[in-house]
Amino acid sequence: MPVSFTSQGLPVWRRRTTRAQWLQYLAWLAGVSLFLLCWKLISDNTMWVFVEDAGRQGSDLISRMMPPRWEYANVLWKPMWDTLNIATLGTVIGVMMAFPVAFLAARNTTPHPLVRSVALMVIVSSRSINSLIWAMLLVTILGPGVLAGIIAIALRSIGFVGKLLYEAIEEIHPTPVEAISATGASRMQVMNYGVLPQVMPAFAGISVYRWDINIRESTVLGLVGAGGIGLQLNASINSLAWDQVSVIFIMIFATVLVSEWISARVRHAII
Amino acid sequence: MLTLSGVGKRYPTGDRALTDIELTLPKGQVMALIGPSGAGKSTLIRCVNRLVEPTQGSIRLEDIELTKLSGQKLRHARRSMGMIFQEYALVDRLTVMENVLSGQLGYVGFWRSFLRRYPQEAVVEAFRLLERVGLPHALDKRADALSGGQRQRVGIARALLQSPKLLLVDEPTASLDPKTSRQIMRLIRELCAERDLAAIINIHDVALAKQFADRIVGLRAGEIVFDGQPSELTSEILTTIYGEEDWDTTPEPMEEDEEEQPAVVRSTSHEVMPALATGGAR
Repeated sequence: MPVSFTSQGLPVWRRRTTRAQWLQYLAWLAGVSLFLLCWKLISDNTMWVFVEDAGRQGSDLISRMMPPRWEYANVLWKPMWDTLNIATLGTVIGVMMAFPVAFLAARNTTPHPLVRSVALMVIVSSRSINSLIWAMLLVTILGPGVLAGIIAIALRSIGFVGKLLYEAIEEIHPTPVEAISATGASRMQVMNYGVLPQVMPAFAGISVYRWDINIRESTVLGLVGAGGIGLQLNASINSLAWDQVSVIFIMIFATVLVSEWISARVRHAII
Repeated sequence: MLTLSGVGKRYPTGDRALTDIELTLPKGQVMALIGPSGAGKSTLIRCVNRLVEPTQGSIRLEDIELTKLSGQKLRHARRSMGMIFQEYALVDRLTVMENVLSGQLGYVGFWRSFLRRYPQEAVVEAFRLLERVGLPHALDKRADALSGGQRQRVGIARALLQSPKLLLVDEPTASLDPKTSRQIMRLIRELCAERDLAAIINIHDVALAKQFADRIVGLRAGEIVFDGQPSELTSEILTTIYGEEDWDTTPEPMEEDEEEQPAVVRSTSHEVMPALATGGAR
């Protein structure tokens, strides 16, 4: 907070010192230069011949998609149901596993720092692998099908739910926890009375949010053979049946829309 | 009944919160602990129920050495020390009844408490206590639906459901208005008398301390600098506890000057900064 004085002796206040101000200008200059440099690199590496007819190619693709082959929808109900099941069961399993992991990972509830690092390790390894990659691995291990999809979704969800939940646990008010401990309550009772009520809204919100994400993710799991509507999508693209692809897109869009609406309603009801 | 000898607390950062505290609290005595912020009042009462670990000395409740306890034994000792908090420390999303019954957690097993199946006597006692603190109709409300004074009453009922021998009270009135503060202090005082409880009450408000306590202990920078009857608390002693201040001034005479006061302030600001004042006027 630099303060200087005018010739009349009045205090002048500026938000930053002159030095800090110039450093800030320099940082902006560096940022903008980097952006322009990246722009040039990308432009040099693009084959513009392909881009030039992008409009024509795009309109061609859309014309092949139109009109959608609506009767194909009859084939899709079963895979769509599979997709919803993959997302829902995967979320339930993932949330059930994430719940204890979060309590072990939160600084204020962990029994030991060593346990905490193991729990954090579980969370990080689950988060660092995309569900599509989990599905690829699991299809190799378990064979293709819905089961691989469910487990892939569950494994990816542990990290997401675990991380957000342990952060919520670390942010609770400490005084109710103190008060419950002061009554002579055991460790588990302190969790049940002092911690759990405080994180319950966050827990419910996070779970529904993850379910919503999982519906979107499970639509692509079929691409690697893990069941669901992605299987049909893959087959349709490979056989260049674009009018079927558009039906699948519309169906996924409608499902995601409905799941968004449900999760918004649930979160609203809880919080 | 409660004896502290040579109790000291040094935080890992190296700050000394308490130095060589010697204190004996007989049964049924209500003691007010006064002192400036940061003097170690909260640390002292938290050392007694071991929410804070004392680094030196011994604390005995009747014949139990509290500083040596751990696990099950510590939990059993904590049951006999009820604590009341400044910000009430209720669990907001639980009902009033659940909050009160949580005073029984030291007595019931995990599954009983998880399923909210408390022993019949405990439930009867909880009803009786809610009646006693004046909240018989609020038991199904969520704790965050209550006003400050009502929440503190729930906090008191919770502490009493532990059937304590000692109350540790941390700034019970700091978040309350003057009238509610008095009602809460009176309630604590009456309950101590009814149940023959000893109490340590941390309090900022010296007037309330004088009015409601049997004994006043002054803490300054982690050391006891005064220990005596409320009547012995003179301006000189307040100065040793809190530092220099004009203790005898009462707020009443100030009100007569109030009308003149702003005029004086305005004229001085004109003199100091004429350029700024005219600039603002344009």
